[in-house]
Amino acid sequence: MNRTSHCIKAILMAGAVTAALGLGVAFAGPLGLPPVPVPADNPITPEKVKLGDKLFHDQRFSTTAEVSCSTCHDKDKGFTDQLPVSEGINKLKGTRNAPTVINAAYLETQFWDGREPTLESQSAQPFVNPVEMGLKDHDPILKIVRTDPEYQALFKNAFGKSGGQITMVEVEKALATFQRTLIAGNSPFDRYYFGGDKKAMSPAAVRGLELFIGQGRCVSCHVIEQTQALFTDNRFHMIGVAAHQMPKDLDELSAAVEEVKRKGTDIAVLSDAKTSSLGRYAVTRDLTDIGAFKTSTLRNIDLTAPYMHDGSLKTLKEVVQFYNNGGRVKESDPLPDLLSGGIRPLDLTEEQEADLVEFMKALTSPEFLRK
Amino acid sequence: MELNRRAFLKTTGAALMATALPMSLVRVAFGSQSPSQNFTFGYISDAHIQLIKGTKFVRNWDMGLIRSVQEANLLTPRPDFFMFGGDLAQLGMKEELDHGLEIMSKLRGKVHYVIGEHDYYLDLGAYWQSKIGPLWYSFDHKGVHFVVLNSILTYDRWTYKKWESPMDRMLAMARLDNPEGSPFMVGEQQLGWLRKDLAKVNKGTPVVVFSHSPIQKIYQGWNFWTEDAEKVQALLKPFKKVTVIYGHVHQIQYNQIGNISFQAVMATAWPWPYPQSYTQVTSRLPKLTVPMNRADPFFERDATGWQFIDVRKGNVDMHYQLPDNKNRSVVFNTKTGYPQDAKYQAADSRIPPQAHF
Repeated sequence: MNRTSHCIKAILMAGAVTAALGLGVAFAGPLGLPPVPVPADNPITPEKVKLGDKLFHDQRFSTTAEVSCSTCHDKDKGFTDQLPVSEGINKLKGTRNAPTVINAAYLETQFWDGREPTLESQSAQPFVNPVEMGLKDHDPILKIVRTDPEYQALFKNAFGKSGGQITMVEVEKALATFQRTLIAGNSPFDRYYFGGDKKAMSPAAVRGLELFIGQGRCVSCHVIEQTQALFTDNRFHMIGVAAHQMPKDLDELSAAVEEVKRKGTDIAVLSDAKTSSLGRYAVTRDLTDIGAFKTSTLRNIDLTAPYMHDGSLKTLKEVVQFYNNGGRVKESDPLPDLLSGGIRPLDLTEEQEADLVEFMKALTSPEFLRK
Repeated sequence: MELNRRAFLKTTGAALMATALPMSLVRVAFGSQSPSQNFTFGYISDAHIQLIKGTKFVRNWDMGLIRSVQEANLLTPRPDFFMFGGDLAQLGMKEELDHGLEIMSKLRGKVHYVIGEHDYYLDLGAYWQSKIGPLWYSFDHKGVHFVVLNSILTYDRWTYKKWESPMDRMLAMARLDNPEGSPFMVGEQQLGWLRKDLAKVNKGTPVVVFSHSPIQKIYQGWNFWTEDAEKVQALLKPFKKVTVIYGHVHQIQYNQIGNISFQAVMATAWPWPYPQSYTQVTSRLPKLTVPMNRADPFFERDATGWQFIDVRKGNVDMHYQLPDNKNRSVVFNTKTGYPQDAKYQAADSRIPPQAHF
């Protein structure tokens, strides 16, 4: 077993303690991360984690029996699929890049547009999205978990429930609980910044950190605090990615919104690039949110190329250049009309761009280091 | 209790989801009143388009105006018309006015323009008049009489004193807190025109006046001021419903003087903080009871914005569209007869200020 399992074990022990005490609120995170928030009605137990782990990897919950959660959130690929946009059943493509599940427990909303508030509610959606796992409803899942002997035992252990007592609520709780154990900090940056080990990062990465909190202005959204760093502000920003896809006028915007209303947000935004480009606006209908997507964490970012909500940037270098150009791939590209006021040209030199990339490479947790 | 628009949207949100178009602008017919008398218009102001050199303009101000225009284009149903509230340019240059007008040309709908001091003091409005039109005029729309004033004139002895160059004069007026500046005014000639213009209007007709500077005296040190404001107010006094809408101050302000409601509009360029005026003495100046939430300097657009306006039975409801901030509405309260912030007036519902360290 590798170091991930050590981490999970440590968390489980802590979780068991808090559960035993009836707290169920939070437990300590690794170096650089705050305590993991745990909902009071879904405390972490080893039994639930074991069940969630199995559910997460079970391909039978798709129409082709070939796709599981782990298809797009593959541990060996930093819990992503390393594709521009995810592929579900029959190689059907969605519109969005699979975000890593590592540290998703800390996020205040789930999905790129934050359309679900919790890991629990998020976990039920991909099963029934036509371009992901393709089920018409959740009944086939319940049928399997109520009859499969292995699941019967796991649900009994985790929830004390069997047969018709098992519903999607328990499935969601188990999946969320498993994901709450996928916590990773203790990167070279954490050891340098929070641990006081001045040799933990290379000189280039140290220069990159200076730029990250200074001229690069990255830290304004990818937050580093005094004792912890989630590298996200949990907010939504229109940074210019895929601006050409965005509705150009009222007619196109109306059509996209109609699409969202007709199909529901989850299905609509994954089936069409133009509808996807609405971003947070699909959820809030607030003009500030047109084309705005959630700030990603940068932890383990070196493992999860390609980047941005549509996977349109191949490398970290391209990402830095994109920001340096003020929210566009090339300096000669037009600026999007509705670009966030936080995005502006940075005047970074090529060396400075390279230093920023080196810094981001220092955000990989040891358990995920490339072999 | 009259149902205000915000409450309406809130309480009928579920019903609206089924039928509403993308933007939040929903025209509401109130009771049995004739809905044809209710309409909306958009208001964009204080763009301050600034030439750096050659064809290079200040990106921040460009982006503010571009954003407002694009957002306004996404309103539905369409507003009946738009206003531009002045200070299209920063230093009155042809290049700046042309560039600003080019951005404004993308706005879908008729636009009426108000001139600001930044558009005026280089050539005293010559280029503006050749490209846009007269500096003061009036028009009627759906039973409301609209008046556009040029309120940023000043004493001739200042305007025509020996300047080294027209740009010197422009720069002197462009400086917000210039002690060598000169107070804004409407002037006798325009007051004479206004008197005649209003004489033709029935006293029961709602009147809306657009000016760049406030037609009320807020703070002379920053020229948040019109020297002959009382004279304009006197001409408006006989009318039952009067609203003055002004730019220049780059912030939300509202006030009531007698029969006249005052409302300010936001800038698309940058926010001004409130002047710390008259702290030592008791003053009867407009009280700014609900300060703007502090601008977040990271987001250039925070504390800037534009507005759409519902005209209901001749009263004006101002809806501020504030990117990276919470939208605000200042609606006319028919009970008190004053404009009032629809949400944040009560002390316990105000937005706490942000703190940056």
